[in-house]
Amino acid sequence: MNLFKKSKVLASAVAMMLGVAMIAGCGSSDKKAEDTVKPAAIEGTVSASGSTALLPLLKPAQEEFQKLHDKVNINIAGGGSFTGMNQAAEGSVQIGNSDVNLPNDYKDKGLVDHKVVVEPFVFIANKELPVNNLTSAQVVDIMTGKVTNWKEVGGPDQAITIIHRAKSSGSRATIAEKVLKGAEFTDKAIIQDSNGAVRTAIASTPGAIGYVDAPYADQTVKTLDFDGVKYSPEAIISGKYTVWSYGHMYTKGEATGATKAFIDYVMSPEFQNTYVEKAGFIPVTKMSK
Amino acid sequence: MNTIDHNHKLTLAYDKYVRYLFIASAIFMTVIIFSIIFFIGKQGLMTFKEVSPIEFFFTSKWDPMGHHYGALSFIIGSIVVTFMSIVIGAPLGLAGAVFMAKIAPKWVREIMRPATDLYVAVPSVVYGYVGLVLLVPFLREFFHVGTGFGLLAAAIILAVMILPTIISICEDAIRSVPKPLEEASLALGATRWQTLWHVVVPAAMPGILTAIILAMARAIGETMAVQMLIGNTPMIATSLFSPTSALTSNIVVEMGNTPFGSAWGNSLFLMALVLLLISLGMILLIRRIGARRIA
Repeated sequence: MNLFKKSKVLASAVAMMLGVAMIAGCGSSDKKAEDTVKPAAIEGTVSASGSTALLPLLKPAQEEFQKLHDKVNINIAGGGSFTGMNQAAEGSVQIGNSDVNLPNDYKDKGLVDHKVVVEPFVFIANKELPVNNLTSAQVVDIMTGKVTNWKEVGGPDQAITIIHRAKSSGSRATIAEKVLKGAEFTDKAIIQDSNGAVRTAIASTPGAIGYVDAPYADQTVKTLDFDGVKYSPEAIISGKYTVWSYGHMYTKGEATGATKAFIDYVMSPEFQNTYVEKAGFIPVTKMSK
Repeated sequence: MNTIDHNHKLTLAYDKYVRYLFIASAIFMTVIIFSIIFFIGKQGLMTFKEVSPIEFFFTSKWDPMGHHYGALSFIIGSIVVTFMSIVIGAPLGLAGAVFMAKIAPKWVREIMRPATDLYVAVPSVVYGYVGLVLLVPFLREFFHVGTGFGLLAAAIILAVMILPTIISICEDAIRSVPKPLEEASLALGATRWQTLWHVVVPAAMPGILTAIILAMARAIGETMAVQMLIGNTPMIATSLFSPTSALTSNIVVEMGNTPFGSAWGNSLFLMALVLLLISLGMILLIRRIGARRIA
């Protein structure tokens, strides 16, 4: 019994030590991440987090950049646009990737915007649907719930099912800004939590409509023309097709060192003209405005 | 002589310190669990700085961008879908357990028992995916409804997911009913069905209730499959086929893009806290029922 009493004391000491060790462990790794931002030479660690839509683009950027600069270590994580902006504002990552413009709450946090790519969006519908084109007014009527049957927009007598993204989604924010222009989405919609899931659900639901990042629109669904314009990179560059947004990389204050080098690499013509188009995005360098 | 003594000392020391290690592990585990509860509680309750509890719990307009934080539709969605899955799953599971414990020949039982255990090993995303490509289109065509997403789809898949919990715990409970009870019933002239229904099942009731509550805890916490099938529409369901949301599905759909520390983010933590409290309540209930067990 005596042993047990003593052991209690010892055990709590061990537990405390474990705890302290853990906290200390976390602390030191945080510091390390901060320290690496400072050196001016191109070496160190760059962490980025945020938009999942930008991931397929930044992965090859990371690989190519590390081939050029073998002393730089780049980590890219997902988590969502707001996660990225938050963590960049807190300083826990150097780069916050985001699909959306800086919201008002973030304006005072000292984040610097780097527009690195153009992300096009397309409206997609179930393949069986005979409708090929929707005007922006029709899209607004559908998305706000004013029109609930395809016959009202030139289709068959079939109920419209909206399948799209959650309220926190960057894609949804873009559509709200570029197409709905202040009108509110109806709540009568199926919500899926990723581009891929939206596409799958639309492909299997008759009369379904939604939107995805253009690279996700494949053979399983029908890509709708918007205001009579078929989506193509050229249509965006010429300004005819208006449903797109910039992909942003936010840094806390002006980027320096390896972070700056990495962003510069992403924006360089050699990257923009190769991988960006391959990933289904459009190079910012091609946008005149 | 000396070496033996030395070895013995070593063994004693080993004995002593390994014991400290175990105690430390136990404490560490407890600390982690309480830290999680504390963190979720603290973050969740911060919601009330900006949102009134009445708005959160009793209204259903969920529009964080427009500063409406009514979570009623999620809470109702979670409770209704859990309840429906129990209504579908519990009778099936109980019947299966009775069959396995009392009716099936030994060799059938020896196949069925591992088969039920296998259910548990199926990842929930697999259930969700099967539901998405088979159940949802089936419901849509069979009942001629718009999409097939909604309460019924989620409840059916959940019912399948909770079956192994119900079957295995019910079976144990039924098996542990004392033989003399059953024999007495049969000796009094009761048929097999009467014995099962009026003697064995009532005697096993505490175990069966435990199984049902554990299954409810599993169902209310299930995220992936529900998220894929329920439709995630922030509206209170008006029929079995209208898409709605559950607490878990809304958290998983929105958390990735929600600013941490904002009222929106905090309200998601509050939903997590509500889930946690519901589960804790269920566990406490099980402890009370378990204490009353006859068998």
